[in-house]
Amino acid sequence: MEASSLPAALELVSGGGLGLSPEKRAVLWSSLLLLQRDYRFERVWFWGCIQGVRGAYYIAEGLGPDRAAPRSRLYSLNCVEWSLLPPVTKEMLMRAGPLKGRFQGDPSFEYEYTERNAEDAERLVEDGKEPTIKEEARVVATIEQIDRAVGIIPRGAFVKTPLGSVSENRNFEGLSLTEAKKLSSYFHFTEPVNLKNKTLLEKADLDPSTDFLDSLEHDIPQGSWTVQLEKGGAVVVLRSLLWLGLTFYHVPMTKQYGYVYFGTGEKNLDLPFML
Amino acid sequence: ERGHGPYQPHEPGYGLYQPGYGPYDDQIPDPKSQTLAIQNAKAYLLKSSTTSGLNLYDHLANMLTKILDEQPTNAVDIIENISKDVKWAQFQKKMDTLRDEHEILPTFEAAEKHKALFLKPNAEGDEELEEEIGETPLPNVMETAFYFEQAGIGLSKDESYHILLALKKLISVQPVQTCRFWGKILGLEMNYIVAEVQYHEGEEEEETEEEEVTEERGKEVHEFEDEEEEKEKEYEPPVSTYKPPPVIPKEENGTGANKYVYFVCNEPGKPWVKLPPVTPAQIVCARKIKKFFTGRLDAPVVSFPPFPGNEANYLRAQIARISAGTQISPIGFYQFAEEEGDEEEETEGGRDTYEENPDFQPLPVAEMVDSLSAWVHNVQVILKQGRCIWFNPLQKSEEEEENEEEEKEEEPGELQQELQQEIGPPLLTPLSEDEGIQNIPAWTAQPSTNLIPQHAVAVLQSNRWPGAYAFASGKKFDNIYFGWGHKYSPENHAPTLPPPAQAEYPSGPEITETRDPTVEEELAFKAAREEALAAAEEEEEEEGTEDEDEDDD
Repeated sequence: MEASSLPAALELVSGGGLGLSPEKRAVLWSSLLLLQRDYRFERVWFWGCIQGVRGAYYIAEGLGPDRAAPRSRLYSLNCVEWSLLPPVTKEMLMRAGPLKGRFQGDPSFEYEYTERNAEDAERLVEDGKEPTIKEEARVVATIEQIDRAVGIIPRGAFVKTPLGSVSENRNFEGLSLTEAKKLSSYFHFTEPVNLKNKTLLEKADLDPSTDFLDSLEHDIPQGSWTVQLEKGGAVVVLRSLLWLGLTFYHVPMTKQYGYVYFGTGEKNLDLPFML
Repeated sequence: ERGHGPYQPHEPGYGLYQPGYGPYDDQIPDPKSQTLAIQNAKAYLLKSSTTSGLNLYDHLANMLTKILDEQPTNAVDIIENISKDVKWAQFQKKMDTLRDEHEILPTFEAAEKHKALFLKPNAEGDEELEEEIGETPLPNVMETAFYFEQAGIGLSKDESYHILLALKKLISVQPVQTCRFWGKILGLEMNYIVAEVQYHEGEEEEETEEEEVTEERGKEVHEFEDEEEEKEKEYEPPVSTYKPPPVIPKEENGTGANKYVYFVCNEPGKPWVKLPPVTPAQIVCARKIKKFFTGRLDAPVVSFPPFPGNEANYLRAQIARISAGTQISPIGFYQFAEEEGDEEEETEGGRDTYEENPDFQPLPVAEMVDSLSAWVHNVQVILKQGRCIWFNPLQKSEEEEENEEEEKEEEPGELQQELQQEIGPPLLTPLSEDEGIQNIPAWTAQPSTNLIPQHAVAVLQSNRWPGAYAFASGKKFDNIYFGWGHKYSPENHAPTLPPPAQAEYPSGPEITETRDPTVEEELAFKAAREEALAAAEEEEEEEGTEDEDEDDD
């Protein structure tokens, strides 16, 4: 969620029970502004908080002029001092993917490959890399996975210019109440995967400036999003069931929207059994 | 080289740089035909479109009016969107000859319900005021919410206040002794707000009587059927020797897992619904399944093993499990009630009542955070059986003993299983005895703030039931739950396998297949038989000849 709308937004996503303490709220306001100044971000988003066993990671993302470019991510253990996280690589995703269990809360904690078979461990040792992986890398990989899988925006909130860069749509006045209840009005804010598979008829209906992303309609498994109207329809809240803890809110007919993650950073692999 | 010299009248752009001339002067030098050209242009702009009925002149006028009114920055970049917006505005409902129906948005209905919470009931006398100010079972939800907020846990203040008012309504309707805001469980379509309530002693429900009646009727029918079966036993196929495992009865209201009564509502303002008491079978089954709640209490729970009940029962079972696992209090706050003769009456399940300790001395926050033994569980653990107090299903009542005598013939192989009594940790055990999951401790303790230790609050989060929190600050403490209602398991959920197929019949020699004899065996058998026959015939012949000899004489 936008750093500037943090107080109002936190009120709207508090239905899940998790939020920030007044101390953190007070310090985030100023520390995110300082981040913007120091790193010259155009926009700073407060991404959320990953709860570890002994501590929690508070994550912020910074965006440049092209909102669809890879975002810089920073983490902090106390919302006061922020450290830049390394950019995510495919190798990181691969190595951190099979890690299971809670985060420890200590960025230098090292996970060991206990479950891998001997071949993989040998291969890694030959490549010159250690068979351990730091929690920092796991955090990076998890944030990337969450953003790719469930980072969403309302349709029409961003436009793609003919030059390819993506920017906010200043004409976006919000979704109407009926539109807001449909999953097709929300897009994944990441590289589209299914867009090319649409039929020509469907593609003809799309508006290339706003419909350049995947919508939530065809997410697998179906039903992995809950759409609820809170406060009697004043706020539309979408919660992801795949990554428990991700909450997206939008006030219909206004420009307020955003998503935040408050959770343990674990994917809910039991989802098909639970629906 | 020739540069832009003086333009000649026939060249285009002639009038652009000359004072007193307009841009079209090179084409239309004559002022009279100029006005005519203007009129023609305007007439063209006023021409209505054949498809939409709009005309360009009005549209441009509207657009420019909108731009001049709103004065957006970089208007030239968004001019097309502004044009689209103006056209879209045409589709707004205008004054119709019929009166507009006021749209009843769901937002308005919800607002009505919320407003109703804030209205005071009409019949109000001085007596009621006194009652309210005195000891009231209404919990101070706002105070609890404040303490939890210091740790970043909790709902928005608006929602907390609505919940407080909804609880007040609940108390005014039901005869409750204590009431507590238990927490909020999220669901797919709607969420649940749960209140934990204890009735006054003696205010039992009438529903239990109805359940007993149905049980008795069931038993009578069963006996009748047994008699009929005995008469026709000879012609019936073999009766199955399957005896379903004995049904473990649920605990009485007010004890064990049913100690508290729970009310739920989807939103503050909606009516409170009482959840039925929980049975051990439901708890045992709830341990094996993992399902999201939909938000509707009558929704069926489709699962394997099949859950005995609908979502209301599943919700109640999960609430019971969460309470048993995560309701904690600082050590010393509760103590066992000292009764005379306590040692003689050793109930099987240990003590299950406690009372507040009037001499409670709160520990400092730092100690509460550092050592988990400063906290104790104050709800009984649910045993594997599904109850808090172990029930021996092999204890037979009188009726069952009679039946046994009749049916003893059919059950030669009944095993005398001696079930082990299940024992759980007694009430008020400290948290340090809680087992962790793999290498994660069962609880994470943190002070709410490191910057201001004087006013910090000790906060505990459960790692076994993510979403369960507890805080303690001085003499105040409370527990709460915000979550989806499931236990944490590091392994993936694996549904139980179906039970192995039951043996249909006992295998004995008369139905066991034997190997067919081979040809050699058959020939050998035939030869042996023929020899035996031949030997028998010879004997008969000898006897026959003897007879003949006798006759001849």
